Amino acid sequence: MIAAAAFWIFAVLAVFSGFMVIAAKNPVHSVLFLISAFISAAGLFVLMGAEYLAMVLVVVYVGAVAVLFLFVVMMLDVDFVEMKQGFLQYMPYGLMIAGLIVVELMMVVGVWAFPADAELARAHPSPTAAQTVADPNGPTNIEALGLILYTDYVHYFQIAGMVLLVAMIGAIILTFRTREGIKKQDAAKQIGRKREEGYELVDIKPGQGLS
Amino acid sequence: MDIGLGHYLSVAAILFAIGMAGIFLNRKNVIVILMSIELMLLAVNINFVAFSQFLGDLVGQVFAFMVLTVAAAEAAVGLAILVAFFRNRGDIAVDDASLMKN
Repeated sequence: MIAAAAFWIFAVLAVFSGFMVIAAKNPVHSVLFLISAFISAAGLFVLMGAEYLAMVLVVVYVGAVAVLFLFVVMMLDVDFVEMKQGFLQYMPYGLMIAGLIVVELMMVVGVWAFPADAELARAHPSPTAAQTVADPNGPTNIEALGLILYTDYVHYFQIAGMVLLVAMIGAIILTFRTREGIKKQDAAKQIGRKREEGYELVDIKPGQGLS
Repeated sequence: MDIGLGHYLSVAAILFAIGMAGIFLNRKNVIVILMSIELMLLAVNINFVAFSQFLGDLVGQVFAFMVLTVAAAEAAVGLAILVAFFRNRGDIAVDDASLMKN
């Protein structure tokens, strides 16, 4: 009963936030609604029993991606009102295609049923929330996930790391710039300085001064 | 009423459609387009996790990790391109971004 109520709250919140992401006038509000949508989705994950992925969603999406969006939105000095132009013009097409997709997916969901041999085809059985509650000493979601993520799927794990490394290097290189006119210390130049470059001997005749 | 797989799949479907509509409606605003893509990837993740839990197979959650990783990488690189684009041109109007055409 409580689980059902929680599902409806999170589901409605997720859909509403998702709608506001694309409908909000101010992009900062869009990002904040995006954060709300991510947190609602994390709640749905917890309800399903995927606790670890829910926490990763909060940490990675809310803590990193959404904040990155927020930084970029606030950093770029752009007239966002002007960008709203064409919103109404594309409205019919957008709504039509979105409606079509929803109807199609609902039709798929409506007729889909568990295949008879789904149980047998499982590669790694996952503990359900009910099982975890019934047997506190049994494997939890995170335990079971860790047991396969670092063994059977270690290559996926490594590839994910490579993807993140490449993305990090790419992002740094794309935004890196050397600015002109900055005074910087050049240690090699300082050390390589000769005595002759540092001073000059001038013969001053008496009474004339230095012109 | 019992909450089943269909409920979660429906939420994911609606979120996916919202993300798709966002790309159409906010054609001029790249930032909102990127956010819409994030929404669509989130919907896909909900699908993966829902199937994974209801069919009792953990592999779906491992793949959801992949989607999450790629989404994070995509956001980082996309926003970096956006910042570089803004520095070069002074705005982020994608409509008249045709440097690669000529």
